[in-house]
Amino acid sequence: MSIAAKTNTLWEYANPRKFLATSERVLPFFWMSSLLCLVVGLTWGFFFTPDDYKQGSTVKIIYLHVPAALMAINCWLMMLATSLVWLVRRHHVSALAARAAAPVGIVMTLIALATGAIWGQPMWGTWWAWDPRLTAFLILFLFYLGYVALWEAIEDSDTAADLTSVLCLVGSVFALLSRYAVNFWNQGLHQGASVMRAAAVTGADTEEKVSNIYFYPLLLCIIGFVLLFITLVLYRTGTEIRARRIKALLARERLNG
Amino acid sequence: MTLTVTDLAITRGGIPVLEGLNFSLQTGQALILRGPNGIGKTTLLRTLAGLQPALNGTIDGAEDRIAYASHSDGLKPTLSVVENLTFWASVFGTHDIQPALDAFALNELSDRHAGNLSAGQKRRLGLARMLVTGRPIWMLDEPTVSLDKSAVQMFADAVRAHLGQGGSALIATHIDLGLDGAVLDVGPNKAKPKPIDDFDGGFL
Amino acid sequence: MIALLLRDLKLAFRAGGGFGLGLAFFLIVTVLVPFSVGPQSSLLSTIAPGVLWLGALLACLLSLDRLLALDWEDGSLDLLATAPLPLEAVVSIKALAHWLTTGLPLVLAAPFLGVLLNLPVPGFFWLVISLLIGTPAMSVIGTFGAALTVGLKRGGLLLSLLVLPLYVPTLIFGAEVARRGATGMETQTPLLMLAGITAATIALLPFASAAVLRINLR
Repeated sequence: MSIAAKTNTLWEYANPRKFLATSERVLPFFWMSSLLCLVVGLTWGFFFTPDDYKQGSTVKIIYLHVPAALMAINCWLMMLATSLVWLVRRHHVSALAARAAAPVGIVMTLIALATGAIWGQPMWGTWWAWDPRLTAFLILFLFYLGYVALWEAIEDSDTAADLTSVLCLVGSVFALLSRYAVNFWNQGLHQGASVMRAAAVTGADTEEKVSNIYFYPLLLCIIGFVLLFITLVLYRTGTEIRARRIKALLARERLNG
Repeated sequence: MTLTVTDLAITRGGIPVLEGLNFSLQTGQALILRGPNGIGKTTLLRTLAGLQPALNGTIDGAEDRIAYASHSDGLKPTLSVVENLTFWASVFGTHDIQPALDAFALNELSDRHAGNLSAGQKRRLGLARMLVTGRPIWMLDEPTVSLDKSAVQMFADAVRAHLGQGGSALIATHIDLGLDGAVLDVGPNKAKPKPIDDFDGGFL
Repeated sequence: MIALLLRDLKLAFRAGGGFGLGLAFFLIVTVLVPFSVGPQSSLLSTIAPGVLWLGALLACLLSLDRLLALDWEDGSLDLLATAPLPLEAVVSIKALAHWLTTGLPLVLAAPFLGVLLNLPVPGFFWLVISLLIGTPAMSVIGTFGAALTVGLKRGGLLLSLLVLPLYVPTLIFGAEVARRGATGMETQTPLLMLAGITAATIALLPFASAAVLRINLR
C-alpha cells in the first residue's frame, strides 16, 4: 500500500504546477548549499593546499576543471534520461527539463575546455592539443549546439520535444562512438582522469595523505557543482514551464478570439 | 466495411480544435465536410488518414483503406503524366492506370511532363492518383480548386463511379458537386477551451 | 519499393535533379586544396587521403537538404506515409537512392582526384575501399538529419550542424583506413570499425529516421 503511494508521488512532479510549487520550496536550500560548498571548497583548494612540487600553483585549476568536466558529461546523461521519460511517459516537465539543462551543459563544457587550455599551456606548452579527451569534449560541445539549435528552430513545442529527444538518443550513441574513435585516432597527452585518480594526476606522490590534501577540497567543489547544476536546472525548468504556459494561454486566446 | 468515428477529438499544433465528432461512412456513401475556414477540416482528414494521432476517441475501419489527397498534388514536374501515375500505382500495388487516364481525360496529355501542365490539368492528374491507389475510402481536401466546370463534372462522375463500385468518400469542399451525399458540418464541434485553472501536464 | 527507388533515380538524372552537383563540388574542393596549402607534392601526398575523405563528406552533405524536402513540399510524403509501404522502408530506399546518385559516383571519382593530389600508389585501393564502405553510412545518417529538419524553412544550415557531429566516427575510421593504406600500415582494425559503424547505422538508424519523419508529418 505504502509502496504504491510512493510510486505515485514520483510522477506527480511531472505535473507543472506541482513541480513549480516543490521547486520553489527546495530552491533556496539548493542555491545556498551550492554557494557554501563552492566558497568553502574553492577557498580551501586555492589558499590552503600546498603547491604541487612539479606543477606549482597551476594545479589548483583542477578545482574548476574537474567538476565542470564531470558536469558537462552528467548534464548530457540527465538530458538523455529526461528525454527518455518524455518519449515513454509524455511528461512535459521532463522534456522542458532537458531543454533547460542544455545551455547549462554548454557552459560547463566551455568551462572545462577553457580551464583545460589554461592548465595545458604551462603544463604541455600548448593551449590546445588534439588529444582524445579534449577532442571528445569539443565534439560533445558540437552535439550540445545542435541540440539547442534544433529546439530553437521548431515552432511547435511538442514536435520540438519529440525531435530533440530522438536526437539526444541518437546523439548519445554517436557521441560514445566518437569517444572511442578519437581514442583510437590519437593516443594523447591527457592522463587518466577519474575522480579517484585525480589526486594522483596532480603529480603528488604515491603517499595517500598527500593525495588527500587535494582530494577533499576537490570533492567539496564537485558537490558544489552538482548542487549548482541542480539549482540552475530547477530555475530554468521553472522558466521554461512559465514560457510554455504563456504560449498556451496565447494560443487559447487566439482560439477564442 | 464502414468507417466509424466515435467521440473523436483532434488537435492542431497541440491545441484542440474539434471535439465530440461522431459519424460513420457507409459503403457507397459520400460525406461532404463543411465548416468555416480554420475550423480543422484538413486536420480531421489528416487524423483519419493516420498521419497524426487523435487526442481521444476511436476511428474504426480506416486502417490501410484510405487514399488521402491534400492541397498539394504530390506530382513530380520532371516525370510525365504516365510516369507519375504508374509510380503511385506500383506503390499502392495496383497496375492498371488506364481507367484513371480515361476518367480525367488525361490520355492526350499522357507524355507531357507534369511540370508543363496547367494548374487545372495538374489538379486532374492529382485526383487521378486516387483512382490508381485502389483504396476504398477517398479523403479529399478541397479537390476542386483550380478545376473548370467540365473538370468538376469529370471529378463528380469519378466519385459517383467510385461509390458505385462499393467505395466511399469524405470530401471537404464548398461547392456543390451534385452528389447526393450527406453533409457533415463540423462547425458545432469546435473545441471549447478547458477552464483556465485546469493547468496540468498537458498545459491546455 | 523498387518503384520508389526507380522514381528517385529517374528524378535525380532528369533536368534539375541535381545529379553531378556533388561530384562537381568534390572536384572543386580537391582543386582548391593545392591552392591553399601549396603545390609541394610531398605535402599533398601526405594529406591526400584526409582531404579526399573530407571532400567526399562535404559533397555528400551538400545534397542532403533535397533528400526529403522536395517530397515534403509537393505532398508526396503524405501519400507515401499512407501507402502500404512502411516509412522505415521509405527512408531506407531514399538513403539508398541518395547513395547511388551521390555516394557511389564520389567513390568512383576519388581515384582520379587522388592523382591530382599525388596520392601514393598503395593508397588508391584503400581510398576506394574505405569510401565504398563509409559512404553508405553517410547517406543513412544524412537521411536521419534530413528527416529531422524536413519541416523547417531554413533547414539547410541546421541540417549541417546536426549531421556533421554524427559523421565524426565514420570520418575518423574511414580517413584512418585511407591514411594507413597510403603509408603501407595495417588497415584491418579501422576497416572493421568502419564496416561495423556502417552496418549498425544501416540496420538501426532507419527506425529513428522513420520515427522523426512521422513526428514531422503530423
